[in-house]
Amino acid sequence: MTWAPAFLSNPERFMAFSRWAAPMFGVIAVALGTVGLYLGFTAPEDYQQGQTVRIMFIHVPAAQLSMFAYACLGVASFLSLIFRHALADAAAQAAAPLGAAFTFLALITGALWGRPMWGTWWVWDGRLTSVLVLFLLYIAYIALRASMDDEVKAARAGAILALVGVINLPIIHYSVEWWNSLHQGSSLFAEGGPAMPAVFLVPLLLMSLAYMSAFGSLWLVRIRGEVWRRRAEAAALRMAGT
Amino acid sequence: MSRLLALLQRETALAWGRGGGPLVAVGFYAGVATLLPLAIGPEPQRLAAIATGAAWVALALASLLSLDRLFERDFEDGALDLLTLSPTPLELTCFIKCLGQWLATGAPLAVAAPVAAIGLGASLNLAPLIFACALLGGLAFAFMGGIGAALSLGARRGGLLTAVIVLPLFVPPVIFGGGALDSFANGLPWRGGFALLGAYAAMAVALGPVAMAAACRNALS
Repeated sequence: MTWAPAFLSNPERFMAFSRWAAPMFGVIAVALGTVGLYLGFTAPEDYQQGQTVRIMFIHVPAAQLSMFAYACLGVASFLSLIFRHALADAAAQAAAPLGAAFTFLALITGALWGRPMWGTWWVWDGRLTSVLVLFLLYIAYIALRASMDDEVKAARAGAILALVGVINLPIIHYSVEWWNSLHQGSSLFAEGGPAMPAVFLVPLLLMSLAYMSAFGSLWLVRIRGEVWRRRAEAAALRMAGT
Repeated sequence: MSRLLALLQRETALAWGRGGGPLVAVGFYAGVATLLPLAIGPEPQRLAAIATGAAWVALALASLLSLDRLFERDFEDGALDLLTLSPTPLELTCFIKCLGQWLATGAPLAVAAPVAAIGLGASLNLAPLIFACALLGGLAFAFMGGIGAALSLGARRGGLLTAVIVLPLFVPPVIFGGGALDSFANGLPWRGGFALLGAYAAMAVALGPVAMAAACRNALS
């Protein structure tokens, strides 16, 4: 994947690529999501969880994306900080609200599942709390960028904060695990293969891919919007200058 | 070396004298510690159960207070420009600024912490550990907080922004310190949490100045 940032670092090439890639990922997301949801809703009830097992198909991919989007934010911030590349910064700026949205979705669907299963909307458990802290980190990043008028300074300050967050995330994660954990471990990446029958595994994997494509599509659309906005601003400045 | 000592003296004196310094921090700390029993109820058993945790969280909040002046003061009057021009690397300057901050507010708060915890009903033999945790945790709070303070230079509503940035970064030290105190109070092994708190403080002291210096250069550019 190292070719991808290098190839896309040219704004013209990026715009030409994302012009068809964004809708393509969108179509893939809708197609996979439709099949995944259909299989998810026709899968048999779990013998313990009953109908609520279906929440897993929208909860687990959202939780995966909440981490993945922060990784994207971190990589984009790193590239923008080192190479001072405007497109990398646009990518970081575009990834943050998406990541926050997926994190929020993971928290909400988790609460909706927790109420019938654990008998409570929220427990102060390790994995839940570390996702909540991740959400707070997204909020801090968005708030920092929003409160600076100078865009170049906002970009660099945001990138520094994102990288501080990347270093801190594993520490926060393990500190919270050390503190208290009740959430079940990962069944998908368990030792000796996925601990889940295929009727649940197939829709879950389809939904994961659908979420991933949806994120890719929305991310590209948001970066394109950011590029257009900056071009419009530059054009307005040129007009004002003449 | 004498230059660094002079800088440390300046930073400590500024943090101590201007903007209230230890008086404001300890006053805020005492205020929060007084409000807690009023909100939770005066029953000694209920208070004793939360005493160490409450004293510890109030400490994290109190160390947020004076952060907004840490860099902003020098940013506004141009002293930060001069400090970047000096032969001392900016990273070292940021390190000394945070050290001064810790001497002026972290250390007085560490003295106040056992008093507040015992006032809330913690047992007397916890006092040395609370003092040690507060000293070590204060170091982590000062250096992590310095990152937030440097990042919000030049932003609107800088003080509030600093708190929003820094509070998620306070999660590990709050957990480790609180865990060590809780284990000690219940007669469990507490050294693990205390060692982790020290490790986090060491990381904050080592890496924090790099991020702070980058943020200061960005704000001044």
